[in-house]
Amino acid sequence: MEKGAIIKHDLKKAPKTGSWRYMKPEVDKEKCIGCGTCVSFCPDACIEMKKHKDDKRDKADVDYEFCKGCGVCAQVCPVRAILMKKN
Amino acid sequence: MNKDLAKKLAPGHSACAGCAFPSIVRTILGEATTPVVISNATGCLEVTSTIYPYTAWNVPYIHSAFENAAATISGVERAYLAARKKGKIKKKIKFVVFGGDGGTYDIGLQALSGALERGHNFLYIVYDNGGYMNTGNQRSSATPYGAGTETTPIGEESSGKVELRKNLMGIVAAHNISYVAQANIANMADLKMKAKKALAVDGPSFLTVFSPCTNNWKFPTSQYVAIAKLATETNFWPLYEIENGKYKLNWEPKMPKPVADFLKTQGRFKHLFSEKNKPVLAQVQKIVNEEFARIAGLCEI
Repeated sequence: MEKGAIIKHDLKKAPKTGSWRYMKPEVDKEKCIGCGTCVSFCPDACIEMKKHKDDKRDKADVDYEFCKGCGVCAQVCPVRAILMKKN
Repeated sequence: MNKDLAKKLAPGHSACAGCAFPSIVRTILGEATTPVVISNATGCLEVTSTIYPYTAWNVPYIHSAFENAAATISGVERAYLAARKKGKIKKKIKFVVFGGDGGTYDIGLQALSGALERGHNFLYIVYDNGGYMNTGNQRSSATPYGAGTETTPIGEESSGKVELRKNLMGIVAAHNISYVAQANIANMADLKMKAKKALAVDGPSFLTVFSPCTNNWKFPTSQYVAIAKLATETNFWPLYEIENGKYKLNWEPKMPKPVADFLKTQGRFKHLFSEKNKPVLAQVQKIVNEEFARIAGLCEI
């Protein structure tokens, strides 16, 4: 128990909500145009734009610790570079 | 994890897969230029983001009861002003309230009205999912006409809710506050613009944001953006703002889609497509048309 009524944010205590997942988004880095649309719509803030090989634009990269597999990223992707696969 | 996005509301919250409000919260708070203090009415957002011993919030955050989120922030704001007067705090702080439609349209309405009238420096955001979703979809005064909920069940005698949505925007605007706006998460640029404006106000401001609920509107988890987009394209959820009493329509579809396009994406309106309920469906369209015409009529040309 912590003293008082204040709880500090501590990511280490976070439940790994990704364990709910039964579908998994997979980014086709060759198809991804690096627009970043999926990033801001992800409810769990688990998509990051990261450098991929020698590509000029950063590509979407999913962190599966918190990804619940909702499929919003795949739905909003303008070039269908994200596919949902069985986990 | 995207560190930039997770600065204020981190992942690890237990909102349903495909829920709309985490990205609403992040988008709005992303526009803040000063530190923020948050008060949150009881509701899905509070329940899912603060499960002991973890909190997803990385900013000062107070959970109050269902009815008094606005009253809580009033007290915090006055305490801040007092501390500032004594020189204990120097920095500028913006106060923000998040409430669902249950905690705003119904239960928290009088606390909200009081805080707006007293003119505290706060931004109130209601994420409107049209019902008491965290307790299993009971109707609220924001539930649209014709929707099936636990307390307006569908059967031989009933075709869903028979009352219209409460005109909360009108009620809030009647307090003569300088900025009131209605936004939609699918139109992110518009939402960002409105959040920026609302946060810049020195005094009360108000935002209503459309927040589709995958679980109780009954649609696949991947669809919240698509459904929110349809809501605006069918004029079900017009985007407008009221700045110093002046109405402005931010976007108008050239050819509005029939509201059935929006309704058929969701299980809560499934019954409207039966032969028996044809008049109800026509009535929904009529309500949407009239409401849009009313708002458009208030806007300056």
